[in-house]
Amino acid sequence: MTDTTQKAALSRPPIITLSNAMPWIVATVFLALMPVIFPSNSAITIMNQMAITIIFALAYNMLLGQGGMLSFGHAVYMGVGGFVCVHVMNYVEDFGVPLPLPVLPLFGGLFGMGLALIVGSFSTRKAGTVFAMISLGVGELIAACSVIIVAFFGGEEGISGDRTYGLPVFGVEFLQQIDVYYLIAFWLLLSALLMYLFSRTPIGRMANAVRDNPERAEFLGYSARWVRFYSFVASGFFAGIAGGLFAINYEIVTEENLNLAQSGTILLITFLGGVGFFFGPILGAILFTLLQTVLSLQTELWALYLGALFVVTVMFFPGGLAGLIMMHTMPLKFGKLGSLVGPYLKTLVPGAIGILGLAAALEIVFHLRHAALGDSEMTLFWTTFDSHSVAPLAIAVIAAVGGFWLAKRAAPGMAEAYHAANTPRGGSV
Amino acid sequence: MNSATTQGKAALELDGLRKSFGKTEIIRGVDLSIGDGERHAIIGPNGAGKSTLFNLITGRFPSTSGKVRLNGQDLAGLAPFQINRMGLSRSFQITNIFPKMTVFENVRCSLLWARGYKYSFWHMVSRAPDLTEAAEAILEQINLTERRDLPAGVLSYAEQRALEIGITMAGGANVIMLDEPTAGMSHSETDYIVDLIRKVTEGKTLIMVEHDMGVVFGLADRISVLVYGEIIATGRPEEVRANPKVQEAYLGAALEAEH
Repeated sequence: MTDTTQKAALSRPPIITLSNAMPWIVATVFLALMPVIFPSNSAITIMNQMAITIIFALAYNMLLGQGGMLSFGHAVYMGVGGFVCVHVMNYVEDFGVPLPLPVLPLFGGLFGMGLALIVGSFSTRKAGTVFAMISLGVGELIAACSVIIVAFFGGEEGISGDRTYGLPVFGVEFLQQIDVYYLIAFWLLLSALLMYLFSRTPIGRMANAVRDNPERAEFLGYSARWVRFYSFVASGFFAGIAGGLFAINYEIVTEENLNLAQSGTILLITFLGGVGFFFGPILGAILFTLLQTVLSLQTELWALYLGALFVVTVMFFPGGLAGLIMMHTMPLKFGKLGSLVGPYLKTLVPGAIGILGLAAALEIVFHLRHAALGDSEMTLFWTTFDSHSVAPLAIAVIAAVGGFWLAKRAAPGMAEAYHAANTPRGGSV
Repeated sequence: MNSATTQGKAALELDGLRKSFGKTEIIRGVDLSIGDGERHAIIGPNGAGKSTLFNLITGRFPSTSGKVRLNGQDLAGLAPFQINRMGLSRSFQITNIFPKMTVFENVRCSLLWARGYKYSFWHMVSRAPDLTEAAEAILEQINLTERRDLPAGVLSYAEQRALEIGITMAGGANVIMLDEPTAGMSHSETDYIVDLIRKVTEGKTLIMVEHDMGVVFGLADRISVLVYGEIIATGRPEEVRANPKVQEAYLGAALEAEH
């Protein structure tokens, strides 16, 4: 027995083990089932948007999380990929080239990679502030080009195309959202798998090393600059794929897809999800898309709440959502996760009440100031009331203050319980 | 081994090496030849320019004038990574590791270039048994096998110093430069590191900066004394110890401080 295990340890490990493949199998099943569980058109639209954002966020995290490069202009690689794909779509339609739609994102990827190759050749020489500033400059430059080079970027109205241009692929014409969903889901799985595998290659490992300590990497034979360059090019490729999928999904690409606001959004999404873990950006993209679509239907102030969430994440949970989840692996290992439920509820429930109270107060004030003259009726949390009266505002403020006060009082207990749950034995449970 | 000094094949040669920062000349013409397989210690008071000399040799700073030759090849204008690829590896006075990566990853990363993986994106590191085995062998050597999966940043100071040496050694470079490997260590830790250095530099050229005279005299075949950017003496330990210039400038005080 020992002899065989020793031999097995020396030979090459198997390509796929069940435990390695498990997350990907689960993801495949999950993606296949989602449209069955949520068959409505609007749900599928949200899921398409989500999947595209996940690819883009994962690509962005190849820079930010894996390579330690903070880019303020990464939307250009996705945007250019998108524009190229719309042009290819139109070209194929005009000239009847037999190019099946599912391979179209590859063009987006190649052009995103091509642009990254050019920009990366000078922007990756230094990390840190220099890289960030160059990315900002290039982002602004290309966004400015979009109104100058109208033939390619289509000016303000952008470029639109028709994804049903060609012959059906295995009988699928991509007329319906659900067809597009499966196309996007396929590319999502493939891109995510490739990006994950990239992080396990020598260059992917060295990207981490260069992020941690570029100087030391240089004394180990690696040029930090080339390590950054290769990560950057790979990231540009996957951002371009996301752009191509965007073009297929929306059939229109405009300047808004590559401007600085878009670049800022992907930074926010990636950070929210957590840059320290591979799956972090996936969570970020899901959360952001949900907030963007669901919350924006409820309130005009959704961007404010998102901004506040971002600030809170940066200040208190720099590991993002993924970091927050991974903080609980030790308690789980010690079987003490249950001991946390009580203290968490004691702090988080009043905290949530406080946040909702604060949000209600903001909404009331906003309604008071911005509603049309004579319109004093508003609906909040399924109750309709007069926004000009004092009582609702007072209740909201009391809920906010009271909630935060209770949460603050219970917080030390929660911290104590967390520490206790992180010690293998002993600790007060 | 001692005879393999200037007549034998030189692993590293410094020829009139100078370095100025602004108007201040820190290294003021250093000539030194270190033979293949020699253990050479560079000693000298604080501010003598020992670390600067290391930085000049390894390409961290460009020299103002003079030459550095590694196995006969001129290193002028080469970047640290190029010099490293020619077979010279160094450690740092202030621990310089990859703090967020695991101990194992630290060692594995330091193996990659030397083992020919370069900028590969078509190999899986986990599917390269040669990497895993070599990294584990090094962990065994530096006594960190039990710490394998911890982030390097949480190790104790002595463990981080051991890891630093492991990273420096891993690539199999023939010329090893250690900058104060025992700085800030207790006696027992120092003994452990000295044994480690002796073990892992077997058959290699070692150049070290060190303050601990016990370590220097125990380990070095030859010693150079650097004072204000100049080498005032080079020779076997007993020669250097007996040299009146050295005693006057440095060693007397240091030896007294030992007692």
